[in-house]
Amino acid sequence: MKNILIDIVLQRLVIGIFILFGVSILITLGVEALAGDVCSAILGQAAEPATVAACQAKLGLNDPMHVRYGNWLVNAIQGDFGTSLANNREVSEQIGKRLGNTLYLALTTAMFAVPIGILLGVIAALYRNSAIDHIISTTTLTTISSPEFFLAYILMAIFAVKLGWLPAISNVSPSMGFLERLQASALPVATLALITVAHMMRMTRASIVSLLASPYIEMAKLKGLTPGRIIIKHALPNAWSPIIQVVVLNLAYMVVGVVVIEVVFVYPGLGALIVDAVLNRDLPVIQATAMVFAAAYVLLFILADMLSMLANPRLRHRR
Amino acid sequence: MSKKVGKKLLEINDLLIEADIEGEWKPIINSLSMTLERGEIIGLIGESGAGKSTFGLTALGYTKPGCRIVSGSIKLDGVELVGKSDAELRKIRGNRVAYVAQSAAASFNPAHTLAEQFTESPVQHGKMKMSEARKRSVEMFRLLDMPDPENIGERYPHQVSGGQLQRAMTAMALGSDPDIIIFDEPTTALDVTTQIEVLGAIKEAVKARNVAAIYISHDLAVVAQMADRMMVLRYGDLIEEGNAREMLANPKQEYTQKLLNVRSQRVGRTGLDEEDIQLNVENITARYPGTNIDVLTNVNVNVVKGKTVAVVGESGSGKSTLARVITGLLPPSQGSVKFHGRELTPALKTRPKKDLQSIQMIYQMADVAMNPRQKIKDIIGRPLEFYLGITGKQHDDRVLDLLRKIELPEDYAERYPLQLSGGEKQRVCIARALAAEPELIICDEVTSALDQLVAEGILDLLLNLQKELDVSYLFITHDLATVKAIADEIVVMYQGGVVEQGAKADILAPPYAPYTELLLSSVPEMDPDWLDNLVEKRQRGELPTSESLGQS
Repeated sequence: MKNILIDIVLQRLVIGIFILFGVSILITLGVEALAGDVCSAILGQAAEPATVAACQAKLGLNDPMHVRYGNWLVNAIQGDFGTSLANNREVSEQIGKRLGNTLYLALTTAMFAVPIGILLGVIAALYRNSAIDHIISTTTLTTISSPEFFLAYILMAIFAVKLGWLPAISNVSPSMGFLERLQASALPVATLALITVAHMMRMTRASIVSLLASPYIEMAKLKGLTPGRIIIKHALPNAWSPIIQVVVLNLAYMVVGVVVIEVVFVYPGLGALIVDAVLNRDLPVIQATAMVFAAAYVLLFILADMLSMLANPRLRHRR
Repeated sequence: MSKKVGKKLLEINDLLIEADIEGEWKPIINSLSMTLERGEIIGLIGESGAGKSTFGLTALGYTKPGCRIVSGSIKLDGVELVGKSDAELRKIRGNRVAYVAQSAAASFNPAHTLAEQFTESPVQHGKMKMSEARKRSVEMFRLLDMPDPENIGERYPHQVSGGQLQRAMTAMALGSDPDIIIFDEPTTALDVTTQIEVLGAIKEAVKARNVAAIYISHDLAVVAQMADRMMVLRYGDLIEEGNAREMLANPKQEYTQKLLNVRSQRVGRTGLDEEDIQLNVENITARYPGTNIDVLTNVNVNVVKGKTVAVVGESGSGKSTLARVITGLLPPSQGSVKFHGRELTPALKTRPKKDLQSIQMIYQMADVAMNPRQKIKDIIGRPLEFYLGITGKQHDDRVLDLLRKIELPEDYAERYPLQLSGGEKQRVCIARALAAEPELIICDEVTSALDQLVAEGILDLLLNLQKELDVSYLFITHDLATVKAIADEIVVMYQGGVVEQGAKADILAPPYAPYTELLLSSVPEMDPDWLDNLVEKRQRGELPTSESLGQS
């Protein structure tokens, strides 16, 4: 069991490196395809062509794309992600701070969303086709279907504008205490949670319901067990695998998909950083941020596969 | 529990159950009645669709999803179960009435150990504390002759063999000391040799605890070993009811007689023409890719043109793997397959169309061997186009001709597989194999999923087609009754090797090879004393047992 697990992790890590490599190429091509470059972005449209040309020469933008990519790659492999073209600051330092903020947002959301999602799913499965199930299903369907910025603005309108309980702008800083920070980030957390809870709840319900026709569930009924015990003790332990997958997919979304939400709430996270960097055509920052996002995906899915294996008694307890 | 004198333990009266069949409520149990005394075992016999499981389960106050009790009464110790709330019924289920399912492998929860599942009923019903229930599990595992009863409870279902699981399920049913146990085909999914051992263990345990039982099975010979009384059911009606011995000795209804006669033996044809060997399998050793265990070792089999070779063995003996090697689905690591003396290429991909055409295959599950979205005429017609290039009017005529051959009406050509019964589907699969005009057809457990009488029909059809078309069969089966019915020659396989090969008359007559004798002696007979006599003989060492053959 241990050996298989290690094998799989190593295998996925190798694949993950190739994925990161592929992503870096795609990002370079993508930025190349955008009109304009960092010099015209910083200096503005009114800048003298000569100034712009000098700036381009200074930043090495006149080199062919593959040369620039090659230089970046060599440095990146050595752990040097370069300096921002826009403000000349170390990319890693810039990202480090922002990554912490984004992870804080993701973890805080996960802390609420994962248990609530699974719990709602279990409740919906237990009282399937009842009023409770319909209410849960309809509500979650609504939140999934609404665009995230729309949900964000609605929450903002209610809690920040109308009631004035929470700040509309989630400005967190390292000096904040836990509660203060929690209050500041409450609205982005709530928005993210609304979207991800829906996914997790629906998958939990579906995986449990799909097991209810199994002979061992009928056996459990014929042993005179209560419906609650049947769902929690007999169906849920066999439903973990798909639930884990969707939970992790949502965790990845919390890290990567927060771009819009961070922008709406002006939250100083990675999402806001990459948006600024794209506007500035700041390739090193875009590149490094994209690497972080891709790495988050790769690592989380390795985690998902490991957890799925651990959840399977056939793999946990070999013959 | 008050044991009132004169009151039946279970009394079912005029029970009418309906099922939702395509949106319409149709009766599936027609006013059946049954009584059961303490310590009595009643057998419910019938083919699939007889309603025997549905009827048996009502002793738990339970109906499968999509079924409903319309009228009638079910009294357990004088207390009416019909109309009771779920909460009240739960107090009975797994407590006073317990259930043993057909497939223990599917009915044990894969996520929990055997002991966890054993202790659940007694603890949840408040009969025992956890520690008492644990102790009880060891006791019951021992009663059912399970190996290492102290520790086997710590295992997960997938860590235990099928026969052991079925014993564990019976042990679990006994766990909360029920008044009645419902056995729903508890040994049907097992190999014959395992079936005997489990049957013996169940019978002893039931006797030792003096519980009443409802024993449901399609196999009259199995029920005969267990039951005091039998009820024969068909399409939800009672055909015949009575004392087990009397019914076996003197069945009154024609249907019961038919069920009894299923196992009659046919005479195999003798005088094999040794020159006309069609297929030789020579020294085949094979393993599945990525494994390092040989599933077949040094297997030799010959098939003579126009004859039937039955390959018989238990699950895991390698008989289906042999079929995969012959058809080229699994290239062997050693040895060769020769067809009319010419060596066939090991892998399917490199075989010429002509070779593919001459060896066809029919599978156990007709359902999954056909595309549900194709009409019967397309299913049968495909090999005509593919192998023989027949199209147009001639093609349609051939399809109708093939339908006649398999004794199905011509208008079936326009139907879809879903609209056919199990036996009819298997007939279509036979027609599809015949369409290619093969010389050899490999039949892999083709009757195992069918009811006995339907299976009989299929075997008759295969024999008639053989006479008419001079096609050979390699007939893979675990069922010795089928072997007796159809084989000219028999190959006995055990753990990947051939134990014995020869004419049917030689193999099925003494002196036997030890494994063949074990197999033969394990086939249940219509004699109510057969099981007891067999167990006795085996204990005295007069007959081989799986242990004496070194099987686990």
